[in-house]
Amino acid sequence: MDSKKTKQYIFDDPKNIRLVVRALVTVCIILVGLDLVLHRHASHPLEEIFAFYAIYGFVSCVFLVLLAREIRKLVMRDERYYGDEPDDPEQGKLQEKSAEKSND
Amino acid sequence: MIELWPAIPLFIAAIMASVTRGSLRAIIMLAAPLISAYAIFQLEPGDVFSVELMGLQLTPVRIDALSILFGYLFNLAALIGVIYALHVKDPMQDLAALAYAGSAVGAVLAGDLLTLFVYWELLALTSVFLIFARRTERAYKAGMRYLLIQISSGLLLLSGAIFYSSAGNGLSFNYIGLESSGGWLIFIAFGIKAAFPLLHGWLTDAYPEATPTGTVFLASFTTKVAIYALARGFPGTDLLIIIGVIMACFPIFYAVIENDLRKVLAYSLINQLGYMVVGIGIGTELALNGTTAHAFSHVLYKGLLMMSMGAVLHVTGEIRGSELGGLYKKMPKTTLLCIIGAASISAFPLFSGFISKAMVVSAAIQEGHTLVWLALLFAAAGVFHHAGIKIPFFAFFAHDSKHIETAHEPPGNMILAMGIAAAFCVGIGSFPGLLYAMLPFATDYSAYDVSHVLAQMQLLAFSALAFAWLKLANIYPPELKSVNLDTEWFYRHLFPQSVKKLLDRLIPVDQAIKKFSFDIFAFSQQVLARHHGSYGILARSWPTGSMVLWVAVLLGLSLLLYYF
Repeated sequence: MDSKKTKQYIFDDPKNIRLVVRALVTVCIILVGLDLVLHRHASHPLEEIFAFYAIYGFVSCVFLVLLAREIRKLVMRDERYYGDEPDDPEQGKLQEKSAEKSND
Repeated sequence: MIELWPAIPLFIAAIMASVTRGSLRAIIMLAAPLISAYAIFQLEPGDVFSVELMGLQLTPVRIDALSILFGYLFNLAALIGVIYALHVKDPMQDLAALAYAGSAVGAVLAGDLLTLFVYWELLALTSVFLIFARRTERAYKAGMRYLLIQISSGLLLLSGAIFYSSAGNGLSFNYIGLESSGGWLIFIAFGIKAAFPLLHGWLTDAYPEATPTGTVFLASFTTKVAIYALARGFPGTDLLIIIGVIMACFPIFYAVIENDLRKVLAYSLINQLGYMVVGIGIGTELALNGTTAHAFSHVLYKGLLMMSMGAVLHVTGEIRGSELGGLYKKMPKTTLLCIIGAASISAFPLFSGFISKAMVVSAAIQEGHTLVWLALLFAAAGVFHHAGIKIPFFAFFAHDSKHIETAHEPPGNMILAMGIAAAFCVGIGSFPGLLYAMLPFATDYSAYDVSHVLAQMQLLAFSALAFAWLKLANIYPPELKSVNLDTEWFYRHLFPQSVKKLLDRLIPVDQAIKKFSFDIFAFSQQVLARHHGSYGILARSWPTGSMVLWVAVLLGLSLLLYYF
């Protein structure tokens, strides 16, 4: 995978991203379609609802994200809120490297 | 045949590894978990080692169906962790990691509360060095906070054990329950290490601050020892169902908005513990089997995810989602292994999470806990969303980051460790019978039927669809350089700030008192000086002549008195 500067990777092409999204939508449609064909035996009355899991999964995630956005307004602070600097990546790397070297 | 305590090889190896170098060190570290596992293998369920110490009957090793599985699990996790950390040349971390693993193995085999307490505190003392080993100011402070809370948990356990045994229950570690006051103390002690809601701050505060390799060990042991302890001491405690549901649901909101990807994993760790705690609360054979199986698969896939993020941190020196992205171009193997971990935690069919999580969820339905079941389904969709998609997406895909230029695959030992964990994830998921056969209760449970697989696939596919839609519509909260307030705010901000404010108020009072005391002091000094000072009446110098005169007068007087 060693690359030249110009090397094109799979998701550099927007076409491939669209392809992934389309594949996902197709899979979703097939899975709901299977609900018509296969009989899901239910251990709970709610499970008998058509495409219960599909609806529940979608609604849950949208609810999760929308509520998380509101929570973010309440709890999000600047990185330096607690007074300590975010780790300097370069420094951490150097330390690790020097630790490795000194012990070799 | 020499029988030895399974924890001992790990402790001995910890000391040996810290003073050796090169391939000898590697051999010692790799051999330790294998020898320890072999020591467990030599023992039969029902075996106990007892010793008498100062009149107390102690049971340092007790083997049964529950403890044996955790014993194997911790040795497997230790082996994977050791392979992952082989390239690190830091004796402090070698010592800490192996002794930490030894403490975990010792704790789950402990047959009495006093032995449990000793290992409980050792877990804290050894693991904190994996945080200190980062050797930054920030990690040092986080480590101290972590140590303080962990040690308090141990002290609660000790006082609980004293209350409990003095109420006539003895020291042996079996079902405890909440009927006695000692039981409550022990429950809270376990709850701190199991990251109960509001007691969880230490976990999300400290785990992301440890070294890339250290976090892998941290994520495997402490919380799972607590799960084991709860499963033994408090099965069927209804309160645990509510606690578990909150644990499964609330951290996922934080996980969605968190920027530090290892912290996202720490939140999802609590979410997964929630399933196990619910299982313990339900307390049926199926539920407890589910908890144990989930702990087993959880350690492997969470370890795998932590390892993949550790690899990213090791290579780029960066773990904030806002600064990462596009790394699939240079780290394809790591990307693939991370996705296997993500599929496992999300409980995709054929991956390990599927066959263990299903048992807890089925147990919830069987016992008629409809709301619990719905909450667990919500958490299952959520975990796919934040751990299954978010982690690989923001690290390896999303936008191209500046780290792509310099990024490369991590060292071979890291890849190998991740590969082993991934093989276990797929292996357990595809052949669940192997794990089911080791569970504490015999079971004929099967996760693979058409209804269940279809239901799970619908849940996951539509969660992914929701993610795709929210991302494309720009509703999904972007990764921002930020920190989110959580319970650690109380002791990182509120407490220090209130102390500071209190001091600000007290300073004028303090100064007034000081001034008053100084005034009194100065006044007394003046009085003293007037009488005893160099010109004071008592310090005046008198001529020698007058002295002689007065002596003559005294002698004359005494002569006079003598005659009368």
